[in-house]
Amino acid sequence: MTVSTLYALVGVTVFTIGLYGLLAQPHLLRKIIGFNFMGSGISLLLVASGWRLPPLPPDPVPQALVLTGIVVAVSATAFGLALACRIYVETGQTALPDHKVGEDDE
Amino acid sequence: MLRHLMLILGMVLIGMHLCGLVLTLPEQPVSLAETVMTAMPHSGVNNPVTAVLLNFRGYDTLLEVAVLLLAVLGVWSLPRSLVYSQFVGPQVHGAVPVALVRLIVPLAVVVGGYLLWIGADAPGGAFQAAAVLAGAWLLLLLVGYPEQVIPSERRLRPLLAVGFAVFLGVACGMLVFGRSLLEYPQAWTKAWLLLIESALTISLACILFSLFVGRPRQELETEPPKSRSHVTEETT
Repeated sequence: MTVSTLYALVGVTVFTIGLYGLLAQPHLLRKIIGFNFMGSGISLLLVASGWRLPPLPPDPVPQALVLTGIVVAVSATAFGLALACRIYVETGQTALPDHKVGEDDE
Repeated sequence: MLRHLMLILGMVLIGMHLCGLVLTLPEQPVSLAETVMTAMPHSGVNNPVTAVLLNFRGYDTLLEVAVLLLAVLGVWSLPRSLVYSQFVGPQVHGAVPVALVRLIVPLAVVVGGYLLWIGADAPGGAFQAAAVLAGAWLLLLLVGYPEQVIPSERRLRPLLAVGFAVFLGVACGMLVFGRSLLEYPQAWTKAWLLLIESALTISLACILFSLFVGRPRQELETEPPKSRSHVTEETT
């Protein structure tokens, strides 16, 4: 197993954990954190896909794609956080009305 | 509880499937490294990632800045919320943080300028420099200089727009002079890239700051507007 395969597997694991957080956690902040986990996992996968055997330089195109992806994730996170603050001020809740905390305990 | 367990099981299955897919990827995938390396002398910079970001895939970077501006539009269209309303005085109290910030902020400006310049030869560039500058700006805000540090909206809007405007202007300007979109003239590539990156740094630092601060000098709304209260009563 090469280093790049290990990185790719870790990236996929982080992505799956983020997906679980996004779907299962009712708190909006945790959903946003899960979304960021997914972004980090995909970044790991992309960077791993640029690895070459040591004499050759790594492929710079996936690294540039990751930089673009991180910036887009930052802007989406900022907007999501502003919306979450607004939801809290308007309704007093930190979860959406159909996915309240404690609902899964039934 | 059962739904939760089913969700966990579903996630484990998805994770295992994705890991299996990763293991079937080819050992030596299609590589653009040689293509980039042979084109490097024409790019005007020495760092391959910067060359890809600003020259070979400059269109992606242009749209990336547009996405950041859209996010600022989104955040500014919301009324200012509870969280920022607490930034009336210093958030971090004491003489030590103030003294530290007084030392750090000028250093951060120098580091930001260095990162902008070194982006041609090593990891760096406009986005990294803008992140450092925005961080220093927010430090000033947290330590207790809010009135001086937040510019008025009239001054902030041109600063937000200048990076994207310069980048778009250069991109379309090349069309006017008979080249394709974003095709820099061979002898002046480095100069054009430096111009674009400098405008981008200022603009991106303001964008990142505005994403955090919200719309400056706006009236604070901590209560839901009265006119909407009858709508919420109907739906509950």
